[in-house]
Amino acid sequence: MALDGNAIGGLLTEIFAAEMTSAQATCATCGAVRPLADTLVYLRGPGTVVRCRQCTSILMVISRVRGFNCVDLSGISTLDATAPSA
Amino acid sequence: MTSPVSRGFHRLSRPGDARAGQLPPGQHTTADFPVLSAGPTPHTPLQEWTFSIREGGATLRTWTWSEFMEMPAETVTVDIHCVTRWSKLGTVWRGVPVPALLDQVAHDPSYVMAFSDGGYTTNLPARDVTGGQAWVAYGYDGQPLPPEHGGPARLLVPHLYFWKSAKWIRGLDLLDHDQPGFWENYGYNNYGDPWREQRYAGD
Amino acid sequence: MAGTAVRGRLTWQTATVASVADETDTVRTITLDLLDWPGHQAGQHLDVRLTAEDGYAAERSYSIASAAGEPVAITVERLEDGEVSPYLTQELRPGDQMEIRGPIGNWFTWEPGDGGPLLLIAGGSGVVPLRAILRHRQRAGSTAPARLLYSSRSLEDVIYRHELDQYRGSADVRYTLTRRQPPGWGGFTGRVDDAMLTRIAWPASQRPLAFICGPTQFVEAVAGLLVARHYPENRVKTERFGGA
Repeated sequence: MALDGNAIGGLLTEIFAAEMTSAQATCATCGAVRPLADTLVYLRGPGTVVRCRQCTSILMVISRVRGFNCVDLSGISTLDATAPSA
Repeated sequence: MTSPVSRGFHRLSRPGDARAGQLPPGQHTTADFPVLSAGPTPHTPLQEWTFSIREGGATLRTWTWSEFMEMPAETVTVDIHCVTRWSKLGTVWRGVPVPALLDQVAHDPSYVMAFSDGGYTTNLPARDVTGGQAWVAYGYDGQPLPPEHGGPARLLVPHLYFWKSAKWIRGLDLLDHDQPGFWENYGYNNYGDPWREQRYAGD
Repeated sequence: MAGTAVRGRLTWQTATVASVADETDTVRTITLDLLDWPGHQAGQHLDVRLTAEDGYAAERSYSIASAAGEPVAITVERLEDGEVSPYLTQELRPGDQMEIRGPIGNWFTWEPGDGGPLLLIAGGSGVVPLRAILRHRQRAGSTAPARLLYSSRSLEDVIYRHELDQYRGSADVRYTLTRRQPPGWGGFTGRVDDAMLTRIAWPASQRPLAFICGPTQFVEAVAGLLVARHYPENRVKTERFGGA
């Protein structure tokens, strides 16, 4: 079963050089706005796939190729790291 | 900075590693069968399931589940190798050889793209799914293939890294020119031969 | 920003084991000495990296078991076929080294300023970050009411049992024992369900803040029950654990 965005907190900080689990992501497919902590996260495969909890569309794909993180964010239309958490 | 060694820590020793001569480089054996996926497990009911061969947007041939069960099937024992470095030796599968499906359409593609429920795709040269190399498998270890391992049916291409053995397969698109599938698009090797350790693009 | 101990960039640093303490037959708390720890919030976790002599490295994430201001500690449950947890819970000793990076996570955290009432629901080792929250709440002198519902296979498997039992009066701690109960057990048994929540969950009208932590299936089931009780989704924080 999937984990959630808490499980990739360290990886997200590697990518964004900032703490990102409470960043609010707008799903480009269904428009749902949720913190990255509350996404469906599929680890353990060739790469990491982050999906919208509401519609299961892909938000992000992160693969680690030769020591570098390759990140596809095209499933997110807006990412807001300044929004308050609750 | 070199990482400090954690005294007494070592990789897990695994059964069958002594047969390392049979393993591609960088792999280790596993006793269990890890479940890896890029998304939620689909649950297409068998009465809605179809397998299709398509070309250029047109469907050339479709099988329903009962029609698929009437196709010639084989039981094979193969070793499988995941790019995340685990290998499982001597796995037993039952399925329809891919050539038996492709023979039903009078086409001679250069490449195929397997497509699955949930949107996953992976590309292969057509010659890599010819005789004795590829099946659409619906049985594992004497039982119906469980959903978490790709059931009702998955592609099985054991001579390539296991991401090419698309779970929840629903068909093959015939291509003239190669196109990268899901992981191939994200930096994984276009071909994926474990014996030449072709994990990433450019390997 | 008072109370936030967050670094923009995460680097690995060497940690030395200061002490180890067995919580149950399969669970151990490891306290670490770190040269350059920026502090942490209750609910955060850290990543651990172990390197073997041959260069083989493995990484895992563990919730921080201690409150803000306390020495950094993690609590690890031994997974039978695991590669890292058997090492951490059986082999590791004071003086040994590992690498850690952290603290990580600014969603699944609680500060006294976040208020309450707090509803903490733990499945198995999911109790670790919730224990950190309760410790932090106590150390900070917060008067936010708090309830912990902790689902465990048996009383012997309850982590931090002695400490949790001490909260009597200042926080309401209840266990539900799903597989074995001691003779005369008068507490909850079986899975967390709606009937149990009717007895322990704050009504939504009190604007509670819920934290649920444990295996994915547990978290999803409990979160669903709370949302059905009209807890707003942004007041139900979840953290799912999975074996690596």
